[in-house]
Amino acid sequence: MAILSKEEAQAILKKVLSYSKADACEVTLTGSDGGNIRYARNAVSTAGQISIMNLAVDSTFGKKTGTATINEFDDLSLQKVVKRAEELAMLAPENPEYMPPLGPQTFPESPTFNPKTAAINPDVRAEMVGKSLAVSKAASLEAAGFLENSTRFSSMMNSNGLFAYNKGTDVSFSVTIRNKEGTGSGYIEKSYNDLDKMDVLALSKIAATKATGSAGAKAIEPGKYTVILEPLAASDMLDNMFRGFDARSADEGRSFMSKSGGGTRLGEQLFSENVNIYSDPMNAEVPSATWSRDGLALKKTQWVEKGVVKNLSYSRYWAAQKGVQPVPFNRSIVFEGGTQTLDELIKSTEKGILVTRFWYIRSVDPQTLLLTGLTRDGTFYIENGEIKFPIKNFRFNESPVIMLNNVEALGKPVRTGSGMVPPMKIRDFTFTSLSDAV
Amino acid sequence: MKRRDFLYLTGVGVGASILESMPVFGKAITIEQALTPVDVKLKKRMADVALNAARSKGATYADVRIGRYLNQAIITREAQVQNIANTESYGLGVRVIANGSWGFAATDILTDDSIAKAAEMAVAIAKGNSKLLTEEVQLAPQKGYGEVSWKTPLQKNAFEVPIQDKVALLLEVNSEAMKGGAKYVNSNIFVVNEQKYFASTDGSYIDQDIHRIWPNFTVTKVGTSGGGFQTRNALSAPMGMGFEYLEPKEEEKIKGGPVTLYKKRYDMLEDVREATVHVEEKLKAKPLQPGKYDLILDPSHLFLTIHESVGHSTELDRVLGYEANYAGTSFLTLDKWESKKFNFGSKQVNVFADKTEQGSLGAVGYDDEGVKCGSWDIIKDGILVNYQSTRDQAHILGLKSIQGCSYADGWENIQFQRMPNVSLAPGKEALSAADMVKNVEKGIYMFGRNSYSIDQQRYNFQFSAQLAYEIKEGKIVGMLKDAAYQSNTQEFWNSCVQCCGQNDFRLGGTFSDGKGQPSQASAVSHGSATTRFNGVNVINTGKRLG
Repeated sequence: MAILSKEEAQAILKKVLSYSKADACEVTLTGSDGGNIRYARNAVSTAGQISIMNLAVDSTFGKKTGTATINEFDDLSLQKVVKRAEELAMLAPENPEYMPPLGPQTFPESPTFNPKTAAINPDVRAEMVGKSLAVSKAASLEAAGFLENSTRFSSMMNSNGLFAYNKGTDVSFSVTIRNKEGTGSGYIEKSYNDLDKMDVLALSKIAATKATGSAGAKAIEPGKYTVILEPLAASDMLDNMFRGFDARSADEGRSFMSKSGGGTRLGEQLFSENVNIYSDPMNAEVPSATWSRDGLALKKTQWVEKGVVKNLSYSRYWAAQKGVQPVPFNRSIVFEGGTQTLDELIKSTEKGILVTRFWYIRSVDPQTLLLTGLTRDGTFYIENGEIKFPIKNFRFNESPVIMLNNVEALGKPVRTGSGMVPPMKIRDFTFTSLSDAV
Repeated sequence: MKRRDFLYLTGVGVGASILESMPVFGKAITIEQALTPVDVKLKKRMADVALNAARSKGATYADVRIGRYLNQAIITREAQVQNIANTESYGLGVRVIANGSWGFAATDILTDDSIAKAAEMAVAIAKGNSKLLTEEVQLAPQKGYGEVSWKTPLQKNAFEVPIQDKVALLLEVNSEAMKGGAKYVNSNIFVVNEQKYFASTDGSYIDQDIHRIWPNFTVTKVGTSGGGFQTRNALSAPMGMGFEYLEPKEEEKIKGGPVTLYKKRYDMLEDVREATVHVEEKLKAKPLQPGKYDLILDPSHLFLTIHESVGHSTELDRVLGYEANYAGTSFLTLDKWESKKFNFGSKQVNVFADKTEQGSLGAVGYDDEGVKCGSWDIIKDGILVNYQSTRDQAHILGLKSIQGCSYADGWENIQFQRMPNVSLAPGKEALSAADMVKNVEKGIYMFGRNSYSIDQQRYNFQFSAQLAYEIKEGKIVGMLKDAAYQSNTQEFWNSCVQCCGQNDFRLGGTFSDGKGQPSQASAVSHGSATTRFNGVNVINTGKRLG
């Protein structure tokens, strides 16, 4: 029941709108059906199968809006949720930033759904985990991991005639493999829409190799180093930066995108010339729905070109204030790179540090986007183009904005999270202390 | 929901999308419905359906949780209310042991047939998982309590307070901030009520009514002539209380220092007026000179350092490796506990776990596997003496009594080991923070949580505060900016030299501590008095973009 077709979703949404007495009403209907399996200490610990559908109603009288949600779909419940949203709207003061719902729009269909992923059942998940456990057991290592898949749909309809629908699948896998002594640890994670791309065996072998290879790490002095960030590590830094591509907070003077003295840094050369970033919901590797939550069409958008900020995202309200077109943000990010592999980047490095991933990243100063966090699960010293030895983990204090001004080389982008990210060679990356954590 | 998502609430667009990201937001309900609990007799009958079905399919143990989770969120900025939402999630989760393995299933369709099917599914999953098992579950014995109940002691159920009153308070808070020269202000109130029913094959039928509240704000000022911007968040704490938390009482305030501090009553209007002054001072504050300082940490700040460095490192599931793929493991390995002499901190460091402190987020009568809650020592005179554990871990520690650390954030999620309140005991002498400051030559006095980061085994951490004041020769001489301390857990707690007295003991806390895969949120408090740490490394985090 949790995954509705376009027509089924449309029928429920129409029915909900028919109960509305508000000046404007927007209804969102989402559902997901999926399962997960978790393992640790080389054995399965928990497993579950979850199916959820949810309906949210935003009702507006004038500029007074209320929201209510429900997970029951009989007529009485649907009437009740509309009534409740309307009651809350009546209680709410006017919202001067309220924007009336958009009229009908056209949204192309993106390749988010894969039938093979949708067909994953508990047996498939158990079999996949069995392969991962075989790798750790054969190498006398210890694995802890998590495999999760889901089929999801999302749809919305408003009282001005807009209707949008998307159905998609995803499967994600992560595993931490450690040696029995607790002196070495390796990690890998991958997410795909398409099950066929998920090679749990190969991925687990990478984590196992890192677990063995990172044992006996040496301490080296913290300081500024050339780093090679694997795509996962690079992505950890970038995730925090994209939140700042918001025009309003930049205009309000409270973001790293704010210009000193007022205005935004749109049009400025903020990064190295080899930095090019766009998003595209139709990209076959990282597809996403082609509409935003406020009903705007998501299109291919260039955010950074040759290091220059080309676009910031504008909500409908803020765009109207500034007299520009709204620009929705989209997580199907493609960070363009080159053709070099990770190995080739390592070979080209005289002295440097290879970082598998970062952990516990938190913002320290939103004005410079200074972040702190630590390396984790495989950090290695590179000399004369070769990995020489594992090193102890570092804490860093670095800003992704400064980091993207120090780009020496970019490798071939690979899917990392919901985007495409290349391995990166960065000079002068700031490590501030050592950690004993493995 | 991840903790950071919760904290970003005030910084993003709001509407239905936010509710979707909240873990226990489900069906919308009226105030009247929220105030009428589900009949206990009905819950007992549904629980028996699940327990009988599980037993009949071969479960050797079963427990069932019937949960009704109510939430209210009121979110404002400046003169606008951005969102008001009342939601409910209601359903049943059943957990079983069959063939020595755990199994779990949940449903929100509460017919006898659907409940029995969920129980049967849980048994089937347990039997399936048992094939990939290395050792059978060993569940510590727990006697049944029969039919019992527990309720958060509260004076004013926050769900009974009209929404208009809450909106009026927040808009007044915002108005005070704007009057004080703030450029922007966000404020909100979150209210939670967990109506939980637990039953098990041990013979317990436990009905609980648990309440929490969290008021918060952020005041922002932007400097003139490109001077950047600064913010100050509320110095409130999320509490296991009713709306009375927001009704100020003079005897619950600590005055006389640079900041007014609050015990179990909070004056939101007074705090926001002070915040607008503080944020102005932050814009003009002197950059920190990096180096070693003696730190005086207020409970509004220290709670998070306790949470990250002591709370998480003493979770037994982390120690054993069950969280290795997500939250991480712990440096406090079993051999350190077995040695009975692992020097976690100085002799002043006495840390206790507790699930009974009135007003705390962790206070419940019974945990989510039917264990009556209490308190116990974790660090005694600086030595590691215990961990936090659940029934299936008790045998590892050879415990005589079970600790009761099991929690699930909704009926649909499996319960597992979660942190109780973990607090630093106050000093034995009646020392005040003002007297503590007088003895510091070169120090920094910190208030409120800000940036926090710690490694996956809980050694190396870095924390900063909402407010940092420089102390020179026993006097507070002004505000500092860009100060963060970096240390190592064991080294830091060994640098603890003094704790203020019981009269200064206060709770801080977090509403949504994240752990587990899929991630679950839990709310937990940490108490302490103002505490001094000597010779801690403080770095300057100020940078310039080109």
